[in-house]
Amino acid sequence: MADKSNQAVIEFRDFGFKYFSQMEPTLYDIDLTINKGEKVLIVGPSGSGKSTIGHCINGLIPFSMKGEITGSLKVCGQETKNSDIFSLSKHVGTVLQDSDGQFVGLSVGEDIAFALENDLVPVGEMRETVQKVADIVGMGSMLKSSPYELSGGQKQRVSFAGVMVDDVDILLFDEPLANLDPATGKTAIALIDDVHKQFGKTVIIIEHRLEDVLYRDVDRIIVISDGRIVADKSPDEIMASGILPELGIREPLYVTAMKYAGIEVTPEMHAGRMETLDTAAVKEPLLKWASQKIQKEEQPERPVILEAEHMDFQYTSRRKNLQDINFRIHEGEMVSIVGTNGAGKSTLAKVICGFVHEDKGCIRYYGEDIKDWTIKERGQKIGYVMQNPNQMISKPMIYDEVALGLKIRGASEDVIEERVDKALRVCGLYPFKKWPVSALSFGQKKRVTIASMLVLDPQILILDEPTAGQDYRHYTDIMEFLKSLNDSGVTIIMITHDMHLMLEYTPHAIVIHDGRIIGDSSAVDILTDEEIAGKASLKLTSLYELALKIGAEDPAAFVDHFITYEREVVRK
Amino acid sequence: MKTKLFDYIERDNLIFRLSGLTKLICFICMTFSVMFSYDIRYILFVTVLSCVFFWMSELKFKQIKVMLIYVAIFLLLNFILTYLFSPVYGTEIYGTSHELFRFSKRYVVTQEQLLYQITKISKYASMVPMGMLFLLTTNPSEFAASLNRIGVSYKGTYALSLTLRYFPDIIREYNDIALAQQSRGLDFSKKEKFGQRVKNVVAVMVPLILSTLDRIDLISNAMDLRSFGKHKKRTWYVAEPLRKSDYIAIAVGILILAGSLLMTFLVNGGSRFWNPFI
Repeated sequence: MADKSNQAVIEFRDFGFKYFSQMEPTLYDIDLTINKGEKVLIVGPSGSGKSTIGHCINGLIPFSMKGEITGSLKVCGQETKNSDIFSLSKHVGTVLQDSDGQFVGLSVGEDIAFALENDLVPVGEMRETVQKVADIVGMGSMLKSSPYELSGGQKQRVSFAGVMVDDVDILLFDEPLANLDPATGKTAIALIDDVHKQFGKTVIIIEHRLEDVLYRDVDRIIVISDGRIVADKSPDEIMASGILPELGIREPLYVTAMKYAGIEVTPEMHAGRMETLDTAAVKEPLLKWASQKIQKEEQPERPVILEAEHMDFQYTSRRKNLQDINFRIHEGEMVSIVGTNGAGKSTLAKVICGFVHEDKGCIRYYGEDIKDWTIKERGQKIGYVMQNPNQMISKPMIYDEVALGLKIRGASEDVIEERVDKALRVCGLYPFKKWPVSALSFGQKKRVTIASMLVLDPQILILDEPTAGQDYRHYTDIMEFLKSLNDSGVTIIMITHDMHLMLEYTPHAIVIHDGRIIGDSSAVDILTDEEIAGKASLKLTSLYELALKIGAEDPAAFVDHFITYEREVVRK
Repeated sequence: MKTKLFDYIERDNLIFRLSGLTKLICFICMTFSVMFSYDIRYILFVTVLSCVFFWMSELKFKQIKVMLIYVAIFLLLNFILTYLFSPVYGTEIYGTSHELFRFSKRYVVTQEQLLYQITKISKYASMVPMGMLFLLTTNPSEFAASLNRIGVSYKGTYALSLTLRYFPDIIREYNDIALAQQSRGLDFSKKEKFGQRVKNVVAVMVPLILSTLDRIDLISNAMDLRSFGKHKKRTWYVAEPLRKSDYIAIAVGILILAGSLLMTFLVNGGSRFWNPFI
């Protein structure tokens, strides 16, 4: 933008930071200037320090999270360590990742007004401001709604409004896409962009879902790795540099496709965003690549392990939560269940596990109606793994945690030890057998929860959002692990928002919308079907858009080719 | 799946329109007036008044039915126990003894004892319509604001607000964790032995407490970032300015309290008890 004045609002100079609780510094030698009105994306793998940079800017460091600062950081000309969190919050508005946790008010209006209340703004003026800001984010008619009536996207809009009331110069978004379904994420990015353009705010987005953020333009991408800035370039240059895959950050799929087709990405191709991509230059090689034939592994037909027939379920008499559910899952399949929040995905999982009971129709396991099976009985055949491993782990030691299910069932010590060892080996946790759970990373804890299901030797595993909040490297770790479990014969059903996961790992996808199944087909078919994708708030994959742009005859076949190529050529 | 602490349903009438502050002050005045006085005539008068207010609020009887049952059981127990432990306390207070009949040597029934016990029960009973009225007609958002406006520190009152906000979340989380543990084989039903059941509940509480601590950390950061605690005071989005009807209601509340004091000092000659036996 031409009107951008070169007035620095954030200046890091030789900046470093070490948490008191840690041995090594989290940030080293940060030199970074962000000018007024810029829109900047900060990316980096988990643990790279990108969130710490955010905390430094908004003042949580050093005022709430203690540690040792070296060098200098100025926000709007003020040295942060000599300031305080309240004055900083007048310059920097932060929207945190968990929009539910940061919703402190009992209603939308109260939550938006929170900062104004703390600033002693009189009630009359406060209500006017709240209405005005709520209108900007499209929540103006819902001021009286309680947080339980709102979707994740709406809660985020409220958080957004809650920081805009202060008329801050800088808006900081910490992983804004983490808890949103793909279509809602897209709307969130559009809203951020609109506010950026309309009010000339400086916008900083910390996120690892690069492709989704780049749905709208950003000025610069700053790449963090191991506490240092390793790149600070325009999106076009970043894509051309190839630095992202090296660091374990996923680049947009269309860029990956170009590389598979042997294209050398240059800044002149404007590959930063799909919209700006110079298709003329890449069309020929892509089409040529897509016409290659790859031998696909044939899957033998297997018996049906789980099926539902005309199944209905409702919590209250008012609304049917699930209606006329029919599906068949074959032994050894990997299936994803997708749909918007509240569509009924989790409810379906609950019915399958027996937490709640179907009102009509039936669910069959190997042809047998499981209506009369108790939760405990089902637990031996169908393991359920919650999204957050911290919600499942109740024992301090790994061995005890994994052994719990067997102990309850009264197995002998020998059997327990043997089966726990086996499960720990499968999950790559055997070296940690005698460790406390607290010493593990998030991904390892996830494995512990999976291992504690595997000891019961279930035939089916249902996982709720197995990769939520994970960067590409951890995502790949978890998914490859699940794939290997699947190869060993366990049928895996995943509830997910992640279109990539669905496309890459689950040949079979079931789409739920408003309590009904509206799609049951291959993932490629679903992610190239505009009608289903639109209804269920899915996002068409960028591969499909790329296929359309280069004029591929059969866009779905192009996407399918990409998946097969990845599975059969790249990963082998 | 809404689990709220109480069921606030907004209606449009005089009682609902009063500010939360007014309702709090009236509640305190009326409670104090019946707690202070042992004059059954006055207590009944206040009870009737609060029933009238209850009727004006258009609250449905079924909203307080469960509560009423609990209170009735409590009162009955209280009535019996009071008699069992001190059957002649009434005569001690009133200084006379008008015996009606006796069960045994110790358990005599006197008019004095009856009056004392009925008075005590009606004190408690009169609290029900008042308390329910206050709880069910005050928007939960207004509790914190009202308490703060009568002088309680806002940091304390906001904790109340946060409890109302996050209580349903924690209940939901408890249910989710409990279900997942059940599928691993933990049994919470009566089929399991009591000791084991306690252990099983602990297996749910541990992750619940840990995740609640995480949540508290997040909330306090979110509040810091939006200047909570910057000033000694804060304003309230939900606070309603006091209108004419509020001032009238507060005046009524204070009159009721004053009435209770007057009864004691002028009519009953400085005693909190009304003594018809002399």
